[in-house]
Amino acid sequence: MSETVIPYVVKPHPVTGIPNGKFGIWLFLASEVMLFGALFSSYVLIRTGMPHWPPEGGLASEVLNVPLATLNTAVLITSSITMVLAWASCKMGKLPRFRLWMGATIGLAFAFLVIKYFEYTHKFELGHFPSHDNFYAIYFTLTGLHGLHVIGGIIVNSYLVGPGTKMWATDPEHFTNRVENAGLYWHFVDLVWIFLFPSLYLL
Amino acid sequence: MSVQHTAAKGNGHGHAHEGHGEHELPFWRKYIFSVDHKVIGIQYGVTALVFLLFGFTLMMLMRWQLAYPGRPLPVIGNLLGETAMPGGVMAPEFYNQLGAMHGTIMVFLGVVPLAVGGFGNFVVPLQIGAPDMAFPRLNMVSYWVFLPGCLLMVASFFLPGGAAQSGWTSYPPLSDIAPTGQTAWLFAMVLIITSSLLGSINFIVTIVQLRAKGLSYWRLPFFVHAQLVTAFLLLLAFPPLEAASVMQLMDRLAGTSFFLPSGLVVSGDPLKVAGGGNPLLWQHLFWFLAHPEVYVLILPAMGIVAEVIANNTRKPLWGYRLLVYSVVFLGFMSFVVWAHHMFMTGMGTTMSTFFQTTTMIISIPSVVILTCFIMSLYGGNIRFTAPMLFATAFLPMFAIGGLTGLPLGLTASDIYLHDTFYVIGHFHYVVAPGTLFALFAGIYYWYPKATGRRMNETLGKVHFWLSFVAINFVFMPMFFQGMAGLSRRLYDPTIYAHGRGVQALNVLISFGAWGLGLAQIPFIVNFFMSLKNGARVAENPWNATTLEWAAPSPPGHGNFVTEPVVYREPYEYSVPGKSTDYSPQFRAEA
Amino acid sequence: MDAAQHEDVSKHMGKYYVVFVALLCLTAITVGVSYLHLTRPLAITVALAIACIKAGMVAAVFMHLISERKVIYAVLILTALFFIVLLALPNLTTFEHHSGMPGT
Repeated sequence: MSETVIPYVVKPHPVTGIPNGKFGIWLFLASEVMLFGALFSSYVLIRTGMPHWPPEGGLASEVLNVPLATLNTAVLITSSITMVLAWASCKMGKLPRFRLWMGATIGLAFAFLVIKYFEYTHKFELGHFPSHDNFYAIYFTLTGLHGLHVIGGIIVNSYLVGPGTKMWATDPEHFTNRVENAGLYWHFVDLVWIFLFPSLYLL
Repeated sequence: MSVQHTAAKGNGHGHAHEGHGEHELPFWRKYIFSVDHKVIGIQYGVTALVFLLFGFTLMMLMRWQLAYPGRPLPVIGNLLGETAMPGGVMAPEFYNQLGAMHGTIMVFLGVVPLAVGGFGNFVVPLQIGAPDMAFPRLNMVSYWVFLPGCLLMVASFFLPGGAAQSGWTSYPPLSDIAPTGQTAWLFAMVLIITSSLLGSINFIVTIVQLRAKGLSYWRLPFFVHAQLVTAFLLLLAFPPLEAASVMQLMDRLAGTSFFLPSGLVVSGDPLKVAGGGNPLLWQHLFWFLAHPEVYVLILPAMGIVAEVIANNTRKPLWGYRLLVYSVVFLGFMSFVVWAHHMFMTGMGTTMSTFFQTTTMIISIPSVVILTCFIMSLYGGNIRFTAPMLFATAFLPMFAIGGLTGLPLGLTASDIYLHDTFYVIGHFHYVVAPGTLFALFAGIYYWYPKATGRRMNETLGKVHFWLSFVAINFVFMPMFFQGMAGLSRRLYDPTIYAHGRGVQALNVLISFGAWGLGLAQIPFIVNFFMSLKNGARVAENPWNATTLEWAAPSPPGHGNFVTEPVVYREPYEYSVPGKSTDYSPQFRAEA
Repeated sequence: MDAAQHEDVSKHMGKYYVVFVALLCLTAITVGVSYLHLTRPLAITVALAIACIKAGMVAAVFMHLISERKVIYAVLILTALFFIVLLALPNLTTFEHHSGMPGT
């Protein structure tokens, strides 16, 4: 028995005005807001419970690598615009352009992770592991979970630019929706970083 | 399992896309990695029933220790190993494992997967006239992320140090320093939570987007409204527990101190951690989930009770709109009451009063819902079928559970009652003769739709009466034990004078529990026997009005023979002037 | 892809570039302000305010939220409410503790 036909996979629902996938991804993002929200709430609770922050003294901006993190912020922001361009290329029917911009997005995501790798290893060299104190615990956990989400985005985007493009031949509108939904996820990852960066590094 | 056989075969009318010459799916895609919501629903349902039985068995073991503290358990005591039961006597650590795992398994591997994964998946697409869930493959992934979580959870019993043993609530600092089983618990919870999140997305999109023509929100069966609210609770409340689990894993595996305060001393030695953490942080994040979670436990049950009552009273539900507004309000309020589980943690009076107030307010929609159900019985032409017996019993049982919650929600009385057996009596009344009875009602009610056969009515009635009597013997005495001051999670109640005072009740409760276990035998026999010998049914054996009864029993792939259209409200029973006492939603003629 | 959709997207491209540049500028400003070493409450307010503006632009323009449907707005408003509850309430419970222990 072939697969059942589910309505509104591509065409938007007449009342809600959106296809199923877009609704689904926004709901997923809502749950992600609660996930990172819980961690931010934990950050506040732990930090306000300590007399000094960082516990060892000094300022967060002195302990953490602000220049690298600023660079990473620029990297993620750029990856967001390339993601938009990737989607726009699909809307305009230009598959090679899509591949270019999506490839750029993935490349920038890798760059983010590489820069993060340097940040982390530098901390480890100084003996600053998550167990060192709660400042590092929060820092590694929040940026680590964010990093896992970056990896997730790389996987999804790589699928779309790779084997996923098969769908372009048979159902370009469906494919474009998928790219848009992946974009929503990716922008959310950028959004989290927009809050993470000042909260952890600058304040 | 033969249920899936009939589901896939269908009768001749089951296929929505007949004659296309499509190939049959291989066995592993039809029954194992199926994307069909009905197969997945049955997978969840059967898995959940197995874990309910397992979780209940853990409790039956605990009840021996509580009834006869320190006495060797005959026969079984020698089978569980020298670590767990040295000389046949339960070790305290094993008692704690049984306790933590009983709670965890019943809630996360039993009730919710049955109520939401099982009934939700099977019934909701049918009740809204959809061919399947919005994301069938995501649905399949949900189950196959859930099952490894369950297996990991149960496998943890075999780890050195045993399974998780810090309560189902896993409070740090104890849980931070507990044996490896706790780590397994955390990883298993991450898997189960992920599965639940994927599922809740599916439910919301399905209910909003895939309703049949004519099925406006105000024509939805109450069961669907309840599942929609439940899905939102799962979507928004689970992530904080996932975050907390990650942090507890970091504490346990990476040496962080999220939940470990400075200066902690364990068995005489200072703990070598950085400190500066807050054990209450875990409690906040845990209860932020766990309070909405208890509404996840009850809402689908209320939904089932609504369906069964309407059908068996041959009357519309009383106060349908009121029910819907109440369930939505209930869902919303459930997010702002959680710290009533934390009244004893040293919160100031302002916040305690806030949470006490919201807790009192949240009792209102519950009372409204119960009242509507009771009013629905009045003047009805009641058929006391097996599902109806369970659904009717739900009403006073849930009432007892709900009323006994009030002294817990009031800070003054909670000071005394917190962490006593009174609490255990309270929540079990709501979940056991409450939700579980409703779930049994659901099984008896929808079994014919899923299998094409009826369950045996006599066995069903025996199952009901034995269970109903036994379950009250189990949980009613607990209120008295709690009021006498008996603490929960206590390995040996007789070490305290006030415990000895109510020890006789422990014997009574234990025999009640073992009796309750025996009372499930007619159900288990009935469940399997009816697959082969149950009376065959057509589409609508209960003469019901909602959409699922338009599909064949069991429905084939795609569910409906012709695209369903909805013409009226969901509970048009005994409409004056009609020739039959029910007007299905899907029948065109007035 | 029909012509109307091509036109639709190409019209909006300008907005995306403007937002891109704005985001980079605001990032620079955020870092710059941190060197001013403002008092803690002011520093937090300014940094989070700028972050909210950046996030708002990403959400409104890149994620098309500005022209999104009511159902999505409803979900997000509900989420925002509970996000605030999650952020605020646990921290509010710490204010009246007097034992002096961390976080109590």
